[in-house]
Amino acid sequence: MKQTEYRIVENLPLARDVFRMRLAGDSSAFTAPGQFLNLRVEGCYLRRPISVCDWDREGVTIIYKVVGKGTAAMSRMGPGEALDALTGLGNGFSPEKGGAAPLLIGGGVGVPPLYRLCRELIARGAHPTAVLGFGSAADVFYCEEFEALGAQVRLATADGSAGQRGFVTDAMAGLDYTYFYACGPEAMFRAVDRIAKSSGQYSFEERMGCGFGACMGCSCRTLTGSKRICRDGPVLEREEILWEK
Amino acid sequence: MGEMKNTAGAAAQKTGAPAQDVIGIIPSGAAPAPDTRVTLSGWELENPVIPASGTFGFGREFAELYDINCLGTFSFKGTTRQARFGNPTPRIAECTAGMINSVGLQNPGVEHVIAHELPEMKAYFHKKVIANVSGFSVAEYAETCAMLDREEQVGLLEVNVSCPNVHNGGMSFGVSPEAAAEVTRAVKAVTTKPVYIKLSPNVTDIVPIAKACEQAGADGLSLINTLLGMRIDLRRRRPVIANRMGGFSGPAIFPVALRMVYQVYEAVSIPVIGMGGVSSAEDVLEMMLAGATAVQVGAANLVDPFACKTIVEELPRVMQRYGIQTLTEIIGGAHHG
Repeated sequence: MKQTEYRIVENLPLARDVFRMRLAGDSSAFTAPGQFLNLRVEGCYLRRPISVCDWDREGVTIIYKVVGKGTAAMSRMGPGEALDALTGLGNGFSPEKGGAAPLLIGGGVGVPPLYRLCRELIARGAHPTAVLGFGSAADVFYCEEFEALGAQVRLATADGSAGQRGFVTDAMAGLDYTYFYACGPEAMFRAVDRIAKSSGQYSFEERMGCGFGACMGCSCRTLTGSKRICRDGPVLEREEILWEK
Repeated sequence: MGEMKNTAGAAAQKTGAPAQDVIGIIPSGAAPAPDTRVTLSGWELENPVIPASGTFGFGREFAELYDINCLGTFSFKGTTRQARFGNPTPRIAECTAGMINSVGLQNPGVEHVIAHELPEMKAYFHKKVIANVSGFSVAEYAETCAMLDREEQVGLLEVNVSCPNVHNGGMSFGVSPEAAAEVTRAVKAVTTKPVYIKLSPNVTDIVPIAKACEQAGADGLSLINTLLGMRIDLRRRRPVIANRMGGFSGPAIFPVALRMVYQVYEAVSIPVIGMGGVSSAEDVLEMMLAGATAVQVGAANLVDPFACKTIVEELPRVMQRYGIQTLTEIIGGAHHG
């Protein structure tokens, strides 16, 4: 973890209520896809945890959905403005577990962290398939970006206005894969878990106090003991998850 | 001027250090460096800045960011006799200038703390710590404190009779003078370490409870714990917090905490550790003027992990700005004249 002062390079709408923000500054604390940063937003007491879509030597890219006061304030920010972030938070996905044909399963704003993961999987010589699910055509983003990386993409929308009609689980039908990585709403995880044919990892979300393991605000029970989503997660192994009702 | 030098010299002699060590870094002619030392029941702290229990874990996450030995000390995560998972999530809700938590005393249990947390802490924290203890019966408080009494790393016991997040736990002891006194007596009987009782603000009048603890032998008091609060999610039309209510903390509660420290200081003669929304060196001075001997910083650590380090670094400068040479001299200063 590091504290980093970023400068906004770009903050543009990508889909309905979804924005992509490019931030210039130190990205050295990020070591694994699926890690997140925690942004201080003017007018909000708590920071806003946002998963990182990608990073390079110049900075990081985040994709976020406007869901409340904090993300609304972020959406109004422009190039040149400064943002204070805690960076390199969370454990992240394990690309080395993916095997030859890993499956990426993303739901809505859960898609972004899979982008960096996809890039790393391809760099390792794997042939990933990305199953991306959204509500409607207006919500869809990043299908072309995954294809440009070299991944096979299957798109599903709940209303059928883009790709095939249905959920990610419908789009998973008939696919063979060596391992899976999922990020999205918990309802999606439960549906995926009922049909998944391999080991895999899920990236969880929870309301956080600090985002770095101090407050115990985001603890969850697992078969391997109590875990802090922010520090011991957000990525958990399929085998350790306790699906509480 | 001469008086200030004498004060610095006298303070230095208390620790056996030569006076010039205190003022040695100051160019001749300039005012001597402000003296930030405070003493809690015979335990001298370099400065009064103490991360509050539940916001600092066992210090490990913060020690990765900075050398936490700059702190006066810290109060470790509230510990109970048995390990506890705590409450269901969501446990956190945001508020204007603050937050609500309902963690519910998640901790690994005192045996694990003694076997693992304290020995591991030696690698990154070389001072004594405050052991924060919670319980669900008088006997449990006593048993946990008796176990911690044997640990030389523990500088004092901070007995939490005020957690708002556990059923029947703590809070019931903290809302009645008789129950708070009973816990105090039971803990005092099993330890030679100073015992500070951490009080709840969720009472009609905190003063009789503070007095009852003092009469029962408490060496000091910590106040305040969080204020019971809640938020409701407009979309779901349900409380944000799974446990419905939780403890409200952050800068929003500072005036309430300050007022209670002020009231309790007038009513007791034992030291008070003040806390509740403290976020800056200025807040520390206000708390001390109200009557606090030392000051804890809570929620601020969660939004700015460097908050306590910043306060420690800024304290001498802010003291100088307000003409304070020796910090202990301002304790309760707002009550005089």
